Amino acid sequence: MTDATIDISAGAFRPGTSDAEIEAAAAKAARNRRRTVMFWRVAILVAFLGLWEIAARQAWIDPFFYAMPSTIAQRLYEWTTEGTSEGPLWYHLYVTMEEAVIGFVTGSVAGIIIGVALGRNRMAADIFSIYIKVINSIPRVVLAPIFIMILGLGLASKVALAFVMVFFVVFHNAFQGVREADRAMIANARILGASNWQLTRSVIVPSAMSWIFASLHVSFGFAIIGAIVGEFVGSRYGIGLLINIAKGSFDAAGMYAAIVIVMVVALGAEYLMTIIEDRLAKWRPQPLHETQ
Amino acid sequence: MTHEKTTPAIELINVSRRFLTPTGKSLTALRDFTMTVERGEFVAVVGPTGCGKSTTLNLVTGLASPSAGEVRVMGAPVKGIDPRIGFVFQSDALFPWRNVIENVMAGPLFRGRTKSDATAAARDWLARVGLSRFEQHYPHQLSGGMRKRVALAQTFINGPEILLMDEPFSALDVQTRVLMHEELLRLWSEAKASVVFVTHDLEEAIALADKVYVLTAGPATVKSVYTIDLPRPRVVADIRYEQSFIDYSRTIWADLKEEVETSYARAAA
Repeated sequence: MTDATIDISAGAFRPGTSDAEIEAAAAKAARNRRRTVMFWRVAILVAFLGLWEIAARQAWIDPFFYAMPSTIAQRLYEWTTEGTSEGPLWYHLYVTMEEAVIGFVTGSVAGIIIGVALGRNRMAADIFSIYIKVINSIPRVVLAPIFIMILGLGLASKVALAFVMVFFVVFHNAFQGVREADRAMIANARILGASNWQLTRSVIVPSAMSWIFASLHVSFGFAIIGAIVGEFVGSRYGIGLLINIAKGSFDAAGMYAAIVIVMVVALGAEYLMTIIEDRLAKWRPQPLHETQ
Repeated sequence: MTHEKTTPAIELINVSRRFLTPTGKSLTALRDFTMTVERGEFVAVVGPTGCGKSTTLNLVTGLASPSAGEVRVMGAPVKGIDPRIGFVFQSDALFPWRNVIENVMAGPLFRGRTKSDATAAARDWLARVGLSRFEQHYPHQLSGGMRKRVALAQTFINGPEILLMDEPFSALDVQTRVLMHEELLRLWSEAKASVVFVTHDLEEAIALADKVYVLTAGPATVKSVYTIDLPRPRVVADIRYEQSFIDYSRTIWADLKEEVETSYARAAA
C-alpha cells in the first residue's frame, strides 16, 4: 500500500495552507486507507469462516464431508501437540519440505543454466527445442508412478517429481529472458569490451533475472505439488501421506488441516521469495508484483 | 610511425551492405558508400529516416561486416570489435541494474583493470560530466539528459580514439540537447577523438561537425559532402543565429530535402 498515490484534491485546502498541513492530511488519509483495507480483509475472513461454521452446525452442509473450522482447528491443535497417527506432524512437514526444497533448488538451477545456455546458442536451441517441447507436453503428474517405481518410496522419487515440475517453468522463462535482452545493451557491453562470458554473466543473466524471478515465484508452489503428489502415490512420510490417510478414514477435518499447513508453508515461501527479489531488484523503478 | 599517423581514422571504400529480411528477401541498406574520416575530425552524417545511416556505424564497429567493399580503421581492415572505438547509442543502453558509478566502471572492468583503478577513473569521469552527486543512483532515477551524460562518461572512460554516435540526443528535449552539444564538444576537444555523428537533425550536424555527409534515400550512398568552416570553439546555443550558419543550413537543406521527399513518397506509396 505504500505506493498508492494519494489524491489531494485542490478544493480540499484553503488558500495559504502550508505544505506541512497538506502532508499531514495526506499521511492521515493514507493511514485511514490502510485501516479500511485491513478491516475488510479481516471482516471477509471472519465472515467466511463464521458462515462455514454455522452452515455445518445447522446441517446446511454435511459436516462429514465439509468439516467445520472448529474441528479443523482442533485437528491442527492435536497434530501439533500430540502428533498424528503416523508420528509427529513436524517430521511429516520436514520430509515434504525437504523434498520440495531440494527439487526446487536443483530444478531452478538446472533450468537457469540450461535456459541461459540455449538462449545464448541459437543452433543448440533450434536442435533441442523440439525435444523440450515433446517432453514438456507430458503432464508431469503421470511421471509420479514411474519415478516411484524406479527410485523407490523414499526421498529420491519425490525430489525427481518436484524437479521436473520446476525445471520446465524456470527453463522456459530463463530462455525467454535471455532472448528478450535488449540488443542495444548487448552491443554496448560488447563495444565496452565485454568477452562472451562477461556478457553472459554481467548483462544477459541480470537482464533475464526479472523473467527468472517471475518463474521462481510460481515454481516453489509446483515443487510442493510435486512432493505431495509423489507422496500420494507412494510414501512412508509426508503431508501427502497424511492427506491420503485422512481420505482413507473419511477424516475431512484432517484433510483440510493438511491443506491449511501446505497453504501456510507456500505463503511463507512466497513471502521469503518476495523479500529476496526486492533485495536483488532494488534498481527497478517498481516491482512487478503487487505490494501487499 | 609517421606513415601511421597520416592514415585516416576511418575509411569506408565502396562499401555495400545487404540484409536478408525475415521473409528471405534481400534488402540493400548501403550501396557504393565511400567515406573518409581524418584523425581528430568531427564528421556528421545526415540523411532521411531509415536510409541506412546507422548501418555505416555498425560496419565500423565490426558488429556488422560489409557485403562488398572494404572498411578500414586506423589504416587496418576491421576484424571484430576494435577496442579503440567508443559508441553512444540512440536508445538507453545503460545497464539498469547497476548504479551510475558501476555503469561507468563497466568498460574498464570488462577490459581487465582492477576495481580500485576503475573506481578512481569512474569518479574522475563522473566529475567531468557533473554527476558526482549521483554515483549511487540507478538509471531510472535520473533524467534523460543525466542518463546521456552517464552514457558519455561510460564511453569516454575507455579513452576511445574513434567515437561513433547514433542519433544520441534525439530523445532529449531541445534545451537539454543544446547543453549536451556543449558537453560533447568540450569532451571531444579534450579527448581529440575522431567522431562520426549520425543524426537526422541538420542543424545539430552543422553546429557540431567539421564535415557533413548527406546521404541519399535508401539504399544509402553519399550524395554530397560539405565542409563546415565555422570557427572553434563553438557556442552551440548562439551559433545557429550567425549568418554563415544559416547559409550552410539553407544550402544543405536544399540538398537533403529532395532525399527526404523521395523517402517520404516511397513510404507513402
